[in-house]
Formats: sequence, C-alpha cells, structure tokens
Amino acid sequence: MRESRLWFWHILSAVVILVLLGLHMGTMHLSELLHMIGIGSGDPVQSEQVFHRSQQAVYMIIYILLLGTGLFHGLYGLRSIFFELSLSRTLEKLIGGVLAVAGIALFVYGTYVAVLLFQTSGV
Amino acid sequence: MNKSATQDKAILKTVKFEILRYNPAGKESPHLENYSVPITKGMTVLDGLTWIKEHLDSSLSWRSSCRMGICGSCGMFINGLPRLACNNQIVHLHSDRVVVKPLPNYDIIRDLVPDLESLFNKHRSVKPYLIRQDASEQDKPTGEFFQSEQELLNYIQFAYCIKCGLCMAACPTVATSEEYAGPQSLTAGWRYISDTRDEGASERQDVLYSSHGVYRCHFAGACSQVCPKGVDPALAIQMAKRDAFMKGFGFGKARKASSVMSPVQDWTPRGDIPNAPEKTAGNTGSKSEP
Repeated sequence: MRESRLWFWHILSAVVILVLLGLHMGTMHLSELLHMIGIGSGDPVQSEQVFHRSQQAVYMIIYILLLGTGLFHGLYGLRSIFFELSLSRTLEKLIGGVLAVAGIALFVYGTYVAVLLFQTSGV
Repeated sequence: MNKSATQDKAILKTVKFEILRYNPAGKESPHLENYSVPITKGMTVLDGLTWIKEHLDSSLSWRSSCRMGICGSCGMFINGLPRLACNNQIVHLHSDRVVVKPLPNYDIIRDLVPDLESLFNKHRSVKPYLIRQDASEQDKPTGEFFQSEQELLNYIQFAYCIKCGLCMAACPTVATSEEYAGPQSLTAGWRYISDTRDEGASERQDVLYSSHGVYRCHFAGACSQVCPKGVDPALAIQMAKRDAFMKGFGFGKARKASSVMSPVQDWTPRGDIPNAPEKTAGNTGSKSEP
C-alpha cells in the first residue's frame, strides 16, 4: 500500500533526523566540549570553518541526507495536516502533487549547493 | 417496603441538569435548558433524564434501550466526556451540576439524539465479518474452525465493541476529518484481520491503510479512555500499523487461516451439564446427545 510505504519512510526519516540532528548539535553547539576531548578546533560558525566542513565528503553526504530526510518528514507531516481538514479528494491529490514537486525541487537545489560547496576551494 | 428499600428511595440531594436542546426542524438554535432533579441512591444520568421527561418536560428526546451498558444506545456528552447515560451514576460525577449534550462529531437528529449513520457506514466499510476463501464452507458449514485459546485472546477485547460511538466522539482526528475512518471502524477491521479464522485482510486494507486510515491516528488515546467496555482502540490501531510494517519489510511469517476441525470422536457428556441446543452447523457426524 502506498500510504503504508510513505508512513514507513516518515518514521525511518525521523530516526535518521534524530541521529543527524545529534551530529549537528554536537558540531555547532557543543564545540567547546568536543575541543576538550581533542575533536575539532575554532569557532564552528566562522566562515572558514563552515567552508572547511563543506569541502569534506562526509559532511556533504550528511547535508544531503539531512536535507532529504528533513524535507520528506516535514512535507509528509504537512500533507497529513491538510488531509485532516476534510478537503475534497481532488484538492488532496493536488496538495500531494504540489508538495511532492516542491520537495523534489528543494532537494535538487539543496543538493546542487552542497555539491558546489564541496567542489569549491574556498572564498 | 423494607428498611433498605426505603433508604434507597431517600432523596440525597437536588442536582441541576443542564441539557442541550435542539430541533433542526425548528427555528431555535441549540441552547441549554435547566432542570432540577432530586436524586436517589444508585440513580443514573439516564434515570435523571427519564425523571425529567416524566415530571418536567415530556418533549425531551434521547435514545436508550437496555439500561445496563450493553446496547450502546445512550451515548451522550456528560460533564465534558462521552459516556453512556445508563452506565454513570449521578453521585459518581461528584458535582451538583450535570451538563448533558449530544455526542460530539455527529449531526444532531434532535436534543440528545446523535445521527450515527456515519459510524455505521464506516463500520460497514471494513467488512466486519469473517471472510473465507472457501466460501462453500461458510455457506454450508461442515464443522467449526479451529482456534486456540491464545488466538482468541489476541482479538477478544476488540470483539467487545458495542458500537456506541463514544470513541468516535472523543477522537480529535474525527473532529476535524470527516473522511478519517475513526477508532471504531479501524478497531473492527483489526479485530477481524487478527482473527485466525479470517482470510479477508486484503479486502480490508484499502480502508485500514488508506490515506484516511490508521496513519491519521495521533495516538491521543481518548478513544480508549472513554470506551465503556474496556476496548482499547488505540492499541488496535497501533497493532494494525505494526502489522503493515512487518508485512511491508517481509518480517514474520504469513498466517495460515485456521482449518475446519475434525469432529470430536468418542466423547462422553458430563451428567451435570444440560444437553446442547440443536445443531445449526450441519451434521458433523459427532455422537448424538443422550
């Protein structure tokens, strides 16, 4: 069933987001703690640090994965909210289609930026 | 009348009933009307309504039948919760004010009478009956389908549903989505899918796993909280989700429907048990009654 598959991915994306957001929180907000145990250096929000991370393949993959799972999880949740508003079937299909197209477009654009940053040698 | 009976009839206190009155055919909009009701020991909300109808206002309308929490007719919104009027004693509400309204999430036919058409339509949509591939066995049964005690326990609580509709009235998703199948029908669907005698899961999944099926449940649990029969619809919905997940990822073994039991041979009836009623499921070849 299509709805079952969408829901499985919704749940699985939530698990992936939890892990990836944990990495994000660790990198961005617990940097001093990480420095104490010898991981990373400098202020993580400085532009050279941001570019440095972006030029590492592992970070590029993490960014693309977080973008994909975050978009899917969020847009499926938004679709669920619309589906609980007693809309007509036609409008439901239209909303589903618009959200799918928007999600794919944002994913392609975000992936393009992540790959571009990965290939750039800095500013 | 003995002393105990006299004490039972003693008026404990007077309680104010605030009842929502509405006649869609009339011009008045829904409004609350007040009635003072002297209550006695053991008096239920339904008894209170009956007292009002007999003594104060004969035009008051509601639906009820068995008076003992079996038929599920008298579901009402009593002091902020969907409850059966016959199943709740006034003193147990711990209030001198009893506010009675028709069940939410249904149209009102009149006063406290909800239109349960949507409930029954959704109930029908999940095909709430045993579906077998061997249709001939259903038409002309030759015996009983085998089912172990554990297999029975897996679904029996869901079979206690009396279709009172309280769970649908309590559900926050039903409140916003008319299309949502709702806890009652989803539970009924799961009750038959989890019955080992059934082979109709594929015929029910279009409703259970549709975009308005189990995945719209927010797991608020209000349905389970208000069920007067102790059914846990929220559990049934979660089990249906888990089943879809397991099947979707190929976990677990596919269930084989139970087969027709061979007739029990060479049994001797106990003398202290009355004779069984006449058989309705054909002649199984078992020993005739003494």
